[in-house]
Amino acid sequence: MPERKVTIESEIGLHARPAATFVQTAAQAPIEVTVAKRGGEPVNAKSILSILALDVRQGDTIIIRAEGDGAEELLDRLAAIAAAP
Amino acid sequence: MTRLAGAGVSPGVGYGPVRRLIRRVPVPPEDACHDGDAAAERARAEAVLERVAADLEARGGEAGGVAKEILFAQAMMARDPDLAASIRELIDGGRSAARAIYDSFAVFREAVARAGGYLAERATDLDDVRDRALLLLQGADGAGAPPPDGNGAGGPYVLVARDLAPADAAVLPPGSVAAFVLEEGGPTSHTAILARAMGVPAVVACRGATRVPEGTAVLVDGTLGEVRVAPSPAEVAAAGERAGRRAARRAASRGPGMTADGRRVALLANIGAPRDVEAAAGCGAEGVGLYRTEFLYLDRRERPPVAEQLGVYREALRAFPGGRVVVRTLDAGADKPLPFLPAVAHEPNPALGRRGLRLLREYPEILHEQLAALAGAAAGAEARLEVMAPMVATVAEAEWFVRACRAAGLPSAGIMIEVPSAALRAGDLARTVDFFSVGTNDLAQYTFAADRELGALHATLDPWHPALLDLIALVADAAARAGRECGVCGEAAADPVLACVLAGLGVSSLSMTPVALPEVRATLARHTFDQCRAAAAAARDAADAAAARSAARSKLPGFGDA
Repeated sequence: MPERKVTIESEIGLHARPAATFVQTAAQAPIEVTVAKRGGEPVNAKSILSILALDVRQGDTIIIRAEGDGAEELLDRLAAIAAAP
Repeated sequence: MTRLAGAGVSPGVGYGPVRRLIRRVPVPPEDACHDGDAAAERARAEAVLERVAADLEARGGEAGGVAKEILFAQAMMARDPDLAASIRELIDGGRSAARAIYDSFAVFREAVARAGGYLAERATDLDDVRDRALLLLQGADGAGAPPPDGNGAGGPYVLVARDLAPADAAVLPPGSVAAFVLEEGGPTSHTAILARAMGVPAVVACRGATRVPEGTAVLVDGTLGEVRVAPSPAEVAAAGERAGRRAARRAASRGPGMTADGRRVALLANIGAPRDVEAAAGCGAEGVGLYRTEFLYLDRRERPPVAEQLGVYREALRAFPGGRVVVRTLDAGADKPLPFLPAVAHEPNPALGRRGLRLLREYPEILHEQLAALAGAAAGAEARLEVMAPMVATVAEAEWFVRACRAAGLPSAGIMIEVPSAALRAGDLARTVDFFSVGTNDLAQYTFAADRELGALHATLDPWHPALLDLIALVADAAARAGRECGVCGEAAADPVLACVLAGLGVSSLSMTPVALPEVRATLARHTFDQCRAAAAAARDAADAAAARSAARSKLPGFGDA
């Protein structure tokens, strides 16, 4: 399954506006997308609550996975949002 | 009789019984089951959450600005797919919709609250969404949910709370609330801004307010920042008369803004959408001092067509024949990403990032299209169109903007003064631009190095602080020397006492939320320019915001019986 590994540089982690932008972008896609912390269970990337609860902080590495039409492009966009400092 | 002191942030007098905003949302019993029709119960749960989401969005859209962002984030929570899945599962297991919602929120709440800090605040947002859903399920009207509707038998009440979330302020039915009294908050807090927009008197930073027992009659003066507990009938009558006199003065105050001795201070409106134009004209605005144009750009896949922009600008110009309309070009940043621009990299400090004019310099075609539309609208208009750029820090930036305006054929190009560097070197900038407009909210944020978005810092952002007044004085002086206009378009202009001080500092126009216009007009009309100058000097002599406020008031005799 196509995936991207991203290390979070943002000081606030994947929270607040970055999280909202991430989830909104994922939610627009018609395919399933998941996010997992390294070694952790994947959660639904379209759920703001699951993303917040995942509590991704600066320095954490996440794995974003998606499969289906447009998966590669979507993963690139999500990785860019998540990787932004 | 007890008297509590706070900061008056929204003018007027309100009298009524205290209603403390403490939510009483009954917890659905643990064993609450539905009657066996899981599909119907699921539909009920989905329907209320969708109603909550739509309601939050509607109120957010109506309120705009920061409230919108907060309420939209809450709407995302209400529509969360994982939350919905959890609720469905619990209902299929026999639980009632209310209990399923309650339990599902609890799971996520625990997860987000555990992280603490920023996330703990989100837990409060989440509770708010849950409570709105539970109240709806129990048949309560969504809007009337936490604070009761004061239009009924009890009449308008004084809403007392520790702090008031924009979501709560935004859902209050009009006419319900006689006044707001908050234990916390500051003059630039979201609630203060919302209160002024709603025309409800408000006192914030009022110690001891939440200890006043429920139902106690209180008299709130949002101009003086005073709360009288259990006032005597004579005091209520006197306050009523005072309010009546003020209202009569407001009603009687017509025409252009000026001091008692005839010094002109143009009174303009801050607007952020075409629907605000009518309200502005209705409150007697002489024009628009700040037209925020972000609404044209946000939530769009493509850049707004020039023709569409032109129509919007033309509509505003038509409403103020002989007046002026100051349009601020797009003010976007990392906190307001635009879908039609390449994904903006996340910035740790959006307020200090690539925003305002800085962003437009990176994408000049956006500015060129906006200026072309503005020039098209200005052609043949009976109102004067002026254009100004947000977030200007240097002369080079100002020069670039002015050149772009001239190239588009726009005769009047100004800048917002929001950055201390621009205020300090206003003399240089005055040689480049046609006018200044001081944005006090951002100027305070950058002067005090205090994030506007952080509730805990609101008290630091008091527009009465002499540091801010000094900067405004610097800008007004530089403008006067160069023969340029200098306006103020922050929330500071909406405070009638501060408006007199700003006039005394030499500010030539004040632009504010439309409902604040009549009070400011009436207040200015009762004071001479010399009194305003004396008030300004006294305020600048003070060492802090509170002392500045009371020093200024002591020089303005028109507030004696205000």
